[in-house]
Amino acid sequence: MTEYGPTVLRVCRAVLGPGGSDHADADDAWSETFLAALRAYPDLDPDTNMQAWLVRVAHRKAIDQHRARARRPTPTDEVPERAGPIAPGPDEGHPELWEALGSLPDKQRFAVAYHHLAGMPYAEIGELLGNSEAAARRAAADGIKALRGRIGPGATNTITPHDEEVAR
Amino acid sequence: MSENLLPAMPAITDDTMSALRNRLADTAQRDGLLDVAYRTLPSPIGELLLAATEQGLVRVGFAVEGQEVVLAELAERVSPRVLAAPKRLDPVAREIDEYFAGRRTRFDLPLDLRLASGFRREVILRLPDIGYGHTYTYAQMAAAAGSPKAVRAVGTACAQNPLPIVLPCHRVVRSDGSFGGYRGGPEAKHTLLTMEAA
Repeated sequence: MTEYGPTVLRVCRAVLGPGGSDHADADDAWSETFLAALRAYPDLDPDTNMQAWLVRVAHRKAIDQHRARARRPTPTDEVPERAGPIAPGPDEGHPELWEALGSLPDKQRFAVAYHHLAGMPYAEIGELLGNSEAAARRAAADGIKALRGRIGPGATNTITPHDEEVAR
Repeated sequence: MSENLLPAMPAITDDTMSALRNRLADTAQRDGLLDVAYRTLPSPIGELLLAATEQGLVRVGFAVEGQEVVLAELAERVSPRVLAAPKRLDPVAREIDEYFAGRRTRFDLPLDLRLASGFRREVILRLPDIGYGHTYTYAQMAAAAGSPKAVRAVGTACAQNPLPIVLPCHRVVRSDGSFGGYRGGPEAKHTLLTMEAA
């Protein structure tokens, strides 16, 4: 089960955005997801696609966290200031990408996270988000386009849309 | 699946994952959702996989068996609620470390024998009767288990012992003096017997 840990964490972080200095909300959503999995395990069909199942649960848990956060007052001085482009270290990726993801509209953010980070097919994403395969594909493509516009050239180089997205 | 976005995301470090997993294990333990806890332990005969239920140590796995294979077997035969949760295995790891350091000749641990049944269980429960540094032949072990003719069955019981090292099946050898087979490979059996004979 724990082999899916990093994927589920990426999804939680992408859905919830940076959310404080230490990803605490995403960490909570991650824990809730795996506790739900432990509870559900004995009743699950052995043929269940665990990654897809976990991503669906993570989606619901992350939305719960998102709503809980919206109800919490956030002191404005906690919002970090952007101090120009960030030079990422070799292993740090592009932290600004988390922020850029966090600023996307929900549907785009979810579609990008589930397709590009969790590898879900667009049909399943459409089902999860209550729209169609085509709508999910379009939302992901729009999201990627918006991300490319928002982050530095170093990061955009690593985001190359799939052929299927270009050809839509 | 697109991997294009992954390299651009900040890396999720091993420290992050291990902190999350430890927290999950604690919560799962508290909520009664941790049926099988496991950890790995380096040893002179390769990395060991240690797994325990609430009742006790349920499996000692060798690297040659494949960690994923052993974990899948536990999920199938014990419970799918399997988590890396080192805390429950702390006393086990301590005793095995002491054994390999030459400071322990007997194990004193709660055991869960659910992966062995019938005659096999009878046999492996008698293994600790063979003292540290001593050996039995398969025939002697069969006699000790009350079935002198069941020599082959003793061999099977030892080969499928879910708790090697702790239940010392490595001390059962062939009547011609050769070591015989071992779940952890013949090299590992040789190492253990040589270490105990020193």
